[in-house]
Amino acid sequence: MEDRSRLCSVWLGAETGILKGVSLSRKQAFNFCNTRHLSREQEVRALCWGDPAESELLVGSRDGTVRTFSTEKGVFTEARRCGDPEEGCFTGLATYGATLITCGDCGTLRVWREDSSEPVTELQAGKNVSRMRQNLVHRNQVATGGKETGLKIWDLDKPEQPTFTAKNLRDDWLDLRQPQWVRDMAFIPDSQKVVTCTGYHQVHMYDPSTPQRRPVMEAKFGEYPLTALSLPASGNTVVVGNTHGQIALLDLRKGLVCGALKGLAGGVRALQCHTSQPVVASCGLDRFLYIHSLEDRKVQHKVYLKSRLNCLLLASRDLEDGGTEATDAAAASEEVKEEEDEVWDTMEQVEEAEEKPKRKTSEEEEEPQKKSKKKRKKGQD
Amino acid sequence: MDIKEVPVTQTDSKGKKKKNKKTKKKTAEDAESSGVEQKEEKMEKSESAEAAFPPTFSVSEIKNKQRRHLMFMKLKQEKRKQKMQLKKKKKKEREALGDKAPPKEVPKTIENQRVYDETIVDPEDEEVAFDEGTDEFSAYFNGLTNPKVLITTSDRPRGRTVRFCEQLATVIPNAHVYYRRGLALKRVIPQCVARNFTYLMVINEDRKIPNGMVLCHLPDGPTAHFKISSVRLRKELKRRGKDPTEHSPEVILNNFSTRLGHSIGRLLAALFPQDPQFVGRQVATFHNQRDFIFFRFHRYIFKNEKKVGIQELGPRFTLKLRSLQKGTFDSKFGEYEWVLKRHEMDACRRKFQL
Repeated sequence: MEDRSRLCSVWLGAETGILKGVSLSRKQAFNFCNTRHLSREQEVRALCWGDPAESELLVGSRDGTVRTFSTEKGVFTEARRCGDPEEGCFTGLATYGATLITCGDCGTLRVWREDSSEPVTELQAGKNVSRMRQNLVHRNQVATGGKETGLKIWDLDKPEQPTFTAKNLRDDWLDLRQPQWVRDMAFIPDSQKVVTCTGYHQVHMYDPSTPQRRPVMEAKFGEYPLTALSLPASGNTVVVGNTHGQIALLDLRKGLVCGALKGLAGGVRALQCHTSQPVVASCGLDRFLYIHSLEDRKVQHKVYLKSRLNCLLLASRDLEDGGTEATDAAAASEEVKEEEDEVWDTMEQVEEAEEKPKRKTSEEEEEPQKKSKKKRKKGQD
Repeated sequence: MDIKEVPVTQTDSKGKKKKNKKTKKKTAEDAESSGVEQKEEKMEKSESAEAAFPPTFSVSEIKNKQRRHLMFMKLKQEKRKQKMQLKKKKKKEREALGDKAPPKEVPKTIENQRVYDETIVDPEDEEVAFDEGTDEFSAYFNGLTNPKVLITTSDRPRGRTVRFCEQLATVIPNAHVYYRRGLALKRVIPQCVARNFTYLMVINEDRKIPNGMVLCHLPDGPTAHFKISSVRLRKELKRRGKDPTEHSPEVILNNFSTRLGHSIGRLLAALFPQDPQFVGRQVATFHNQRDFIFFRFHRYIFKNEKKVGIQELGPRFTLKLRSLQKGTFDSKFGEYEWVLKRHEMDACRRKFQL
């Protein structure tokens, strides 16, 4: 169990309550579930790293419990009760120092300490909150947004008032109020800006450092609600996914679509870009995990995991990493051999490419006759 | 002019009658000269029997239609002759070997060549069993609810669709047909739930024929959107039996092997009551082949232990799944579990989804 959990570089939570770990180097998926007794009440709703060293995972379930899973040991170590199931499912989970931040569907954001069963701070972030995200640079900042609840940025040290409340878009050309439904958001590193994606297929960028509370930039993609958003390591772009399984790369400078990632057949539930590699992982209702490369927009890995997937977490280390030193050494020698093989492979490919145009242009006048002569001569011989 | 062709055409004349689909080269010069040469070649027909070298020209270069037709016919006859000879030889060899003969080769079909699908459900898989045991249909499969179907159409249906709905209502027990007075489906659904309906079936019509079906499982179940094709009403069926009776039919689901296929199979099975009345001897079949679901309704009778006679009764139609949406009907804001993306999924002929 331990070595299996150490191998996994991608962690996913399923609707059936199973925590799945995928090892891409070995192309294997493992199920980590508590007992033989599964239930839909334990449907995994939120996942986050318990500590910066990524040795612990926090799993938020539908019945309001947050369980801690240790990747070193491969078992669930703790379980805490952090809310009632009537209040709605978890829409966000984060850690700030020694405290745990949870946000429910009904809008209550709570900060919990290790020892007590009562929240240290509790605030209302609106009537309906679809997502809560933490700023990874300034970990005391948290953003929330939901249906008819605009984006609000909170500072956990001063929880009375949000530091930034976004205004809705201007009324449209018929003077009707524009509906708003913030589905997911992300903090852009190295600046104060926040990007959000909405259920009305818009992507908005807000800048709290400016006095403008309305979005600074708006971009539209598709006709279906955008459900997930992620920022790649190389800046200026954002990856969004919608309920039809369409994933697109949008450029934040102009607001145009750079490209689309194909392959998903069902709605995207979670997207995450890797912190160093140009790779994005996506999971959704079609029960597959896809790893796309952002440079050539092709599918690198496609893994079938038998339940509908709700959320996903990527490890910061190299995705294809085996994990132990022995495999690293072997991998290094293999890499050398692979490089040599690659050299030979590329040489062969060039030769094949030369042959192909010859065959393709065989329909031209003179060459086929010469070729046919050659063929016939060979036949004669 | 013919310097290049001289060695070629000499062999040409010998090999003119040979089947040569490999060399498809066309040359303008050949076309001109071939007209002249073919006359000569026709004189030399008798000589050209068993030449070894394939000619460079093809039958399509002959400009005269009648001659071209004749040449093509000859080509086909030669091919057929060769094929029959080969067959005879193989049969002789097979008989000669007797018991030691190698097994007969199975012809390749698209179903045989189906690309391995990793989502094909293993019957012993616990996770999938748990998933299916607790999904939206669990209430039906555990015997807690009885199906009650509401059949309606798109607005202002024409004759064929109306008759199709009526016939569907006779085939599906406990089904009620209602006229759609331009009502919005999202408003119809809460009313259906209040009246204990378990299914909402909307037959969409285009140009006076039914062409689409939205099947929504009611409490909060998945919504499937199908394309209907090839609808045959009762009077268009040949050699059919009398009208179906009120007995609940048995249900046969064929070939729903993948995970998506399982979901759709369960969706279709939950339309009918769980306990079929064998007295009625009626059976409804949903047969999936190459992602098309064929619906047939028969009455059967066992003549003796091994022979069955069947009579086709009700309507006959073909379904193709276009999308499966989680939750009740909400095409704009609902989350889709599976959407048919033609250019991505239909690219390979041997890959199927259901």
